[in-house]
Amino acid sequence: MKFSGLRVFTEALRGHKGWKPLWRDPDPQPAYDYVIVGGGGHGLATAYYLATTFRKAKVAVLEKGWLGSGNIGRNTTIIRSNYLLPDNEPFYEFSMKLWEGLEQEFNFNAMVSQRGIVNLIHTDAQRDAYRRRGNAMLLAGADAELLDREQVRVMIPFLNFDNARFPIKGGLLQRRAGTARHDGVAWGYARGADMVGVDLIQNCEVTGFRIENGRVKGLETTRGHIGAGKVGVAVAGSTGRVMAGAGMRLPIESHVLQAFVSEGLKPTIPGVITFGAGHFYVSQSDKGGLVFGGDIDGYNSYAQRGNLPVVEDVAEGGMALMPMIGRARLLRIWGGIMDMSMDGSPIIDRTPVDGLYLNAGWCYGGFKATPASGYAFAHLLATDTPHDTARAYRLDRFQRGYVIDEKGVGAQPNLH
Amino acid sequence: MRLAGGLIDLGRTLRFTFDGKPYEGHPGDTLASALLANDVRLVGRSFKYHRPRGVFSAGSEEPNALVELRSGARREPNTRATVTELFDGLEAHSQNRWPSLSFDALAVNDLFADFLTAGFYYKTFMWPRALWEKLYEPAIRRAAGLGSLSMQPDPDAYDKGFLHCDLLVVGAGAAGLAAALTAARAGARVILADEDSRLGGRLLSESDRLDDAPAGEWITKAEAEFASLPNIRVMRRTTVFGAFDHGVYGAVERVSDHLAEPGAQVRQTLWRITAKRTILAAGATERHIPFRNNDRPGIILAGALRAYANRWAVSPARRVAIFTNNDDGHRTARDLLAKGVGVAAVVDSRADARATGDYRLIAGATVSGSKGRLGLTSIEVTHGGGTEWIACGALGVSGGWNPNVHLASHHRGRPIWDEALQTFLPGDDFPAGMVVAGAAAGQGGTAAAMASGAEAAVTALSALGIEAKRPTLPRAEDAAAGLQPLWHVPGKGRAWVDFQNDVTVKDVKLAYQENMRPVEHLKRWTTLGMATDQGKTANVTALAVMAELTGKSIPQTGTTIFRPPYTPVSLSVLGGGDSGAHFRPTRLTPSHEWAKAQGAVFVEVGQWMRAQYFPQAGETHWRQTVDREVLATRKGVGICDVTTLGKVDVQGADAAEFLDRLYCNAMKSLKVGMVRYGLMLREDGHAYDDGTCARLGEQHYVVTTTTAQAGPVYRHMEFARQCLWPELDVQLISTTDAWAQFSVAGPSARRLLERVVDGFDLSNEAFPFMACAGLTVCGGLRARLFRISFSGELAYEIAVPARYGNALMARLVERGADLGATPYGTEALGVMRIEKGHAAGNELNGQTTAQMLGMGRMVSAKKDAIGTVMTRREGLVAETRTLVGLQPVDPAEPVVAGSHLFAGDAAQNTETDQGWITSACYSPHLGSAIGLGLLANGAERLGEVIVAANPLQGQRVALRVVSPHFIDPEGERLRV
Amino acid sequence: MLIPHPLLGPRDAQEFTYLGDAALLNRPDGMAADAQAAFNDYVYLRDNPAGVHRELWFHEQGDRSWVVVTRNTVTHEILGAELARDVALAAKAGAA
Repeated sequence: MKFSGLRVFTEALRGHKGWKPLWRDPDPQPAYDYVIVGGGGHGLATAYYLATTFRKAKVAVLEKGWLGSGNIGRNTTIIRSNYLLPDNEPFYEFSMKLWEGLEQEFNFNAMVSQRGIVNLIHTDAQRDAYRRRGNAMLLAGADAELLDREQVRVMIPFLNFDNARFPIKGGLLQRRAGTARHDGVAWGYARGADMVGVDLIQNCEVTGFRIENGRVKGLETTRGHIGAGKVGVAVAGSTGRVMAGAGMRLPIESHVLQAFVSEGLKPTIPGVITFGAGHFYVSQSDKGGLVFGGDIDGYNSYAQRGNLPVVEDVAEGGMALMPMIGRARLLRIWGGIMDMSMDGSPIIDRTPVDGLYLNAGWCYGGFKATPASGYAFAHLLATDTPHDTARAYRLDRFQRGYVIDEKGVGAQPNLH
Repeated sequence: MRLAGGLIDLGRTLRFTFDGKPYEGHPGDTLASALLANDVRLVGRSFKYHRPRGVFSAGSEEPNALVELRSGARREPNTRATVTELFDGLEAHSQNRWPSLSFDALAVNDLFADFLTAGFYYKTFMWPRALWEKLYEPAIRRAAGLGSLSMQPDPDAYDKGFLHCDLLVVGAGAAGLAAALTAARAGARVILADEDSRLGGRLLSESDRLDDAPAGEWITKAEAEFASLPNIRVMRRTTVFGAFDHGVYGAVERVSDHLAEPGAQVRQTLWRITAKRTILAAGATERHIPFRNNDRPGIILAGALRAYANRWAVSPARRVAIFTNNDDGHRTARDLLAKGVGVAAVVDSRADARATGDYRLIAGATVSGSKGRLGLTSIEVTHGGGTEWIACGALGVSGGWNPNVHLASHHRGRPIWDEALQTFLPGDDFPAGMVVAGAAAGQGGTAAAMASGAEAAVTALSALGIEAKRPTLPRAEDAAAGLQPLWHVPGKGRAWVDFQNDVTVKDVKLAYQENMRPVEHLKRWTTLGMATDQGKTANVTALAVMAELTGKSIPQTGTTIFRPPYTPVSLSVLGGGDSGAHFRPTRLTPSHEWAKAQGAVFVEVGQWMRAQYFPQAGETHWRQTVDREVLATRKGVGICDVTTLGKVDVQGADAAEFLDRLYCNAMKSLKVGMVRYGLMLREDGHAYDDGTCARLGEQHYVVTTTTAQAGPVYRHMEFARQCLWPELDVQLISTTDAWAQFSVAGPSARRLLERVVDGFDLSNEAFPFMACAGLTVCGGLRARLFRISFSGELAYEIAVPARYGNALMARLVERGADLGATPYGTEALGVMRIEKGHAAGNELNGQTTAQMLGMGRMVSAKKDAIGTVMTRREGLVAETRTLVGLQPVDPAEPVVAGSHLFAGDAAQNTETDQGWITSACYSPHLGSAIGLGLLANGAERLGEVIVAANPLQGQRVALRVVSPHFIDPEGERLRV
Repeated sequence: MLIPHPLLGPRDAQEFTYLGDAALLNRPDGMAADAQAAFNDYVYLRDNPAGVHRELWFHEQGDRSWVVVTRNTVTHEILGAELARDVALAAKAGAA
């Protein structure tokens, strides 16, 4: 069923009787050519591109809960391609280009909104670093603009320019960045994948791998054994748990990141703003809530909930940056489990087990990568060669010394 | 309509305005009760359809009666009128309507409701793509949202605090009071917190008698007893909003929200309460029963209707009706009759219902519709196959009560369905140390609630080894509910489930039809429970409707859990006042006062404020000042406060061994009285931090770190000491703040220092380059002297106890007046270190290696120092980018840090990128801009002309690759 | 969170800085023949358990002890805490 304004109109006239399920709820078949473990954004996108772009049949996605119940359902919805390192920037820019055509491609309004992101600058050294980054973005074909203090003031007049502990000296702007409706992205990919025959199997938890002679043959699940030609694992914060079933230790720790939304307010904040002297970033959803976040709690966790110090730290950052939000109220706090990698960058690679592929290590930046991650993972699964923009995301880069460390903090996941 | 009685002080009048119109109320009123007393039923508009809405509840679960409270910078959007205590001069405005509350243009949405069903926006607005940001989205954003911010900084003060207790009791209703009394009498440290301004909870809203007297008398006695006990802290107007780990609860005390202005007090305080045990006695929230057009002003929860009559002495109308599926609705009818309110009918869905008072009962019936554009005028009752319209100005709806299990599920424990009570009760998986009592545990009767509260206290305290006696509780009644589930009234038209977000039974059905059936899909697809009330009156009902559609039981369909905060919390109080200039601590250098007196310009360096430069009269541009400071230093002598560099004192028999393992270069061979540059690596082989290591004695070293890394490096050193090599005899202490340290640099540095040291031989022979010593200065002041140089000049760093720093700075400048002694700031410091080619923060950015910084040979292969092994990895060895100097071919051209480097004629893109400029400045010494950069194969390219591209600012400059040591590459100046 | 400091009793976790898995106590011998492989494991690979986890916290705003905390990463329940120095010394004594 194709979605359109006309369709909404005609369905309204006939009492909405024609709307069909967004996706089927099939029982698992005995075997598939491709099984994607994880029905989150990356897993659904992978299945979608496998079945569409790479024209693979017999594809299934196994999800232990409901579709989109992982980090795609609990993030701050920011999309951007403002990375520094040459191993990252082309990949995220590829993702941005996919975002730009995504809704028309999968015929679902995921509310991709390119309202811009400003990373604020508070010191001269930060300006040098952002200039290096902005130039790296331009060289990779992305967009970037360096703003001085007055340009920032014109664009975001309500920031704390006059009484700040750390004065605002400028900003790095990416106009094509913005936000997307996170659930809508999951649903768009899910519906798109379902329409081309991908089996989306909910409430199906993977409990183990069947591996024979170093090759994966299938999966043990709470809904029985499912045979598989190739298995792609895209389970974010659960990566450690799932891959332990294949006997793998990984350069990944699971950490909790809290995110926040305020009560609904009339339009206040134009795009995405990140504070450069504290842990705080914010945007406003179409519904009116201020969506904001900060640092991860900093300790290993699988709990999907965090603690008060980070809540306070984030609020302090927000109040320091934009004291006019003080009379707004925090409505909801939630926590997601982040697959924090040892260099802060992701892994899209084969594993030592034949036929078993891994997509992980997205830290707290996986949402923006959803389209490219799915595309690149599908590329790898379908062709056994990495996508051009994802060549560096190898599992052996740590051992070989080719880390991709945007922040320059080394092998300590909670600092990335 | 104002009734008689209640907990209202009719003797005093408070004036307030709503939408500019003046009204009067009394102490004890909330804004909601005062509006109802003034017969104002229309108070707001819904989120999507802009439907007229009135007060729906009497508590913090309110979905409809949201207002912008106060004006100016104190404007507070989305404030629930039901929990806003009335004060004289209160000003409130309705929100989300234009031009007025009674005529709202966007109410047109309601006419198009058929097009605006759940999730419609996911299906349209996709073509043409460019119109999303330009047209569709701005329109949606303007229409969405609720209240608006003032856009001015919050003028009020806030605070934070910690509290500790044996027992935290959340909620001061019947159960909470009984629990608190039990525990307080046992001598336990108790905190009793309630969001209301008065203790009593639901007792305040009931006509119940305790020990044959009004409940208020018993509450007053309990309050008096609390006041007499030193071990209980009663916190009114305090909402415990979140349960965190290890017995930590977040709570907000609204210290002065009930006043016109806080005056000298804070507005709110954020409390972090650490409780050994917690009793959750948060009561229950009534649920409604959706029927066609059940959202008109005047349709209200039956329990709220009763509360308004009993506690606030108001009724929304003279003639009301009740719609119920349980006995509690009848209680409301009786109480209203007793207050003189006319009861048009009690519509009870139970066929076997019996009247318990003098009112018309319509049993086995449902309310199936309503009329009244801006307020209810009549209801349609369906019974016996027919319908009947009954005139009434208000309808109380009672669908049973949902226990307030929120805090119990903040650790993601799931409530469990109780078939007998037809409600979710707390499961067994709640936060450690928590016990649930009273209506929150399904013990809703007054006597049962009190007994369960007392019992919970006994249980909780016994786990702490405190023996508590069960108190003699007052005689009270337990009314049975006799509920027969009715989750919605079937029929055509729209029946609201979630009022604020306009989610109807139809929307739930559509979600079912479109296979958005898991509870979380239902919520996200329809926006159910996403409003400011977090679905307190909606979620369970929606779940039940979905269960009916799927043919599954409610627990099979799902459960809903709750996330913090219990009710919304202001961002101001979470920030707790640590904003503006107080966002982070400010650290001042020892010579700050002196520098300030000289008119220095300061700059933020982490938490420090450092002198950036010292402008003099006539200097109009900072560059003039910095050039002067640099040249004065290179020609005569300059003085700079470098206290901010981290200092760590290292002592012990194994100090040398310890440092040898910490630095990648050899340290054991350092002689007493000498200093060595040291580079630390991270264990992953990348450069971590650099500094100097001075050996003051056989077993005594002082090492320095960069300013930025002073904390982390000290932590790292303690990690090495305690975790890696605890067998070594070595002790560490950070002395960064203990010693003031100044760089004294320039050809005249020795002459200047000779004037302050106490007979210390500074000659090159006695105290050569890289020497160090303890000594005294200025006639007996303990000091340390290091002959080290960051500027490339003959230079020293002199340290004195921090409290003498300001005086020493003044003394040095004064004594060196004839030598041209010039204070310099961080800018000149930066220029001189770039001229000398020293790496600093921009080069030691965590992404570079010793090899890249030209220090690869320092990494000793002969020892197992931290990071050494990992430098041998393929990728690190293969890295060719090295630190070079860069000078513009045309001296008039700029050099800009952050530019990327390319071979002269190469195309410019990610693939051809050969490096970047790390640091740049204008060199007054060379008379042109210069830079340091990391360039591919840089060491082999001296003399080559390359291109620095800065497309961000439209710059492209030809640069010559030179040695990074622009000044004195042989280091002769250092050694004179 | 509250960390039961072995010397100071329960302290607010805000006083501490977290590092990671207590396996970081077991630094391999950098002079051994297989040092590079051993260091790859040590620096980069983690068990990352969903359950009981022994981990390092530094009492930065306190007595500057490194503490090994045993904590459940699913429930955040803390099962014990020891001075890292004692743990490291015991491990070395055991290895010797």
